[in-house]
Amino acid sequence: MSVNPSDIPAPAPDPVRTGAAERAYSVRREKLILFLRNPQGMLGLFLVIMFFASAIFAPVFATHDPLTMDIPNRLSGPTADHWAGTDQLGRDTYTRVLYGGRVALEVAAIGVSVSLVIGLVLGMVAGFGPTWLDNLLLLIFDAIRSFPTVILALAAVALLGPSLKLVLAIVIVTSIPSYARLARTSTLALKRTEFILAERSLGASTPRILARHIMPNVIGPLLILSAMDVPVVVTIEAGLSFLGLGVQPPTASWGTVLNEGYLIIRDTPWMVIAGGIPLVLTTLGFTFLGEALRDIFDPKLRKGR
Amino acid sequence: MWWYLLKRLALSVVIILLAVAALFLMLHSIPGDPVSIALGPRATPEVQAAYAAKMHLDKPLYYQFLIFAGNVLQGDLGSDVFSNRSVALTLSEQLPYTIALAVAALGWAALVGIPLGCLSAIRPNSWLDRITGIISVGTIAVPSFLVSIWAILLFSITLRWLPVIGAGEEGDILSQLRHLILPAFAVGLGWVGYLARMVRASMLEVMGENYIRSARAFGLRPRTIVFRYALKVAILPTITLIGVGFGGLLSGTVFAEIIFSRPGVGKIIYDMVLARNFPVVQGAVLVTIALYVVVTLIADLMVSWLDPRVRESL
Repeated sequence: MSVNPSDIPAPAPDPVRTGAAERAYSVRREKLILFLRNPQGMLGLFLVIMFFASAIFAPVFATHDPLTMDIPNRLSGPTADHWAGTDQLGRDTYTRVLYGGRVALEVAAIGVSVSLVIGLVLGMVAGFGPTWLDNLLLLIFDAIRSFPTVILALAAVALLGPSLKLVLAIVIVTSIPSYARLARTSTLALKRTEFILAERSLGASTPRILARHIMPNVIGPLLILSAMDVPVVVTIEAGLSFLGLGVQPPTASWGTVLNEGYLIIRDTPWMVIAGGIPLVLTTLGFTFLGEALRDIFDPKLRKGR
Repeated sequence: MWWYLLKRLALSVVIILLAVAALFLMLHSIPGDPVSIALGPRATPEVQAAYAAKMHLDKPLYYQFLIFAGNVLQGDLGSDVFSNRSVALTLSEQLPYTIALAVAALGWAALVGIPLGCLSAIRPNSWLDRITGIISVGTIAVPSFLVSIWAILLFSITLRWLPVIGAGEEGDILSQLRHLILPAFAVGLGWVGYLARMVRASMLEVMGENYIRSARAFGLRPRTIVFRYALKVAILPTITLIGVGFGGLLSGTVFAEIIFSRPGVGKIIYDMVLARNFPVVQGAVLVTIALYVVVTLIADLMVSWLDPRVRESL
């Protein structure tokens, strides 16, 4: 599946470079080369760059306006004018899918970064704080995870009405526990190490220890986890929008394109195909990238996942 | 063992209680007046007041919560706002469909995924291992609702092999099974990948243990070692994974039930949220969470029963 690190010959040691800093540099360079030689990781990187580029430059790549209707050509298959066909109102599916990527990117970027930060802080607090706080936080994390996401979303939509903000909130609440648990485990392991004890005997405050000494050691695995979390987040957004609980029409999102395509699936198959492919490519891209990064930079994380 | 059992049970009870409280508060802060929904716009204020008194809607919130919690403990989940039918009865009709779907999905995924994982662990980096790896990532990458849509497109609309909508004629097992194939396929597909990867990873780890080396020294065939000796230990993390992932599985069944218009708990939650029929939503969400907690509990207990080391450590 992935390239075994021992399969790749290590670069010959450079006799000129010595010293700890130089060694760290060469280890990093070695890992970078290892990553560049990993075909799965490079494919993932390519797909991820495609995802970002197509979403950010959607107006440049688009052939039509996402909301302009072309009624005479409604429900058409792929043509020279409409590359992925048109929907029930004659809107260009290719353009709508491109613009749908912007919604996915927005949800992924905001959702993942906010839940990463909150999860990191809560996890460090749980790992470093008193036992009762640790147990309480763990209980809350487990309770949140026990809610199946879709059912939580349905209940929340009944309360607040469908919107993109609500999708973001659901994404953030449901992904905090996995970050927090990971941060907690690493913090627990660090808590009793000598350099933390030394720091404390020097009189450093708890916030300082957490921010300056624990966080840099904990954040690496969390960043890798966040790469693998993007597909989950994008899927939640698309799924909720598909059910009509997220982004509302006429805004284009992969979920709304799929929903509209599903309603007319007997007339034209192109919408559900065009709406689904970017979802699959994005998921594959981030999964490949995340796994390659994990295998190279943090093989320990592989266990138990 | 008993101490562990007690701790684990307490955790389940707390999670269910938290869920009940959260659900109660959420559904009570929903905009919209249940009295006017139940009686319609033409009811006089006197009739409305009488109804509110009868349903204890005029009492303080904590009092309503105690009544609710008490009723739930007695198995009374309230009644449908529109038809006045018992929610518990409605759910007991819907639940078997959801359980059948979840069991069928997990069942075929386990039947395919676990042997795949074992076979690829026997010869790591062989062509079979590589193909299994690609299949695993591929099946995990496609969200289950997309599998449902594409499966309908391929098998029902283009090839016309299988029906799309409903759960089949009542009493007709063959028709019901035919209606179960596509949803179960869609919900279970991602699990094939998960299970294969999980089994492969833990199998590779177990294969390094001393007792496996002894078995090999005795000259047993690799196949016998893997399936008869190593699998018993290697399956443990997989059982935990199934327990933890059951919530995700339930999310998958919600999508499948909505897309395939199958009866079931997920479908009823979706319909009743749109219809603002809150007692049914409340009851159905509660039943789902209880189901999840019970499954996780069973998975954990199974692991601790199979593996004495887990028991000792807790």
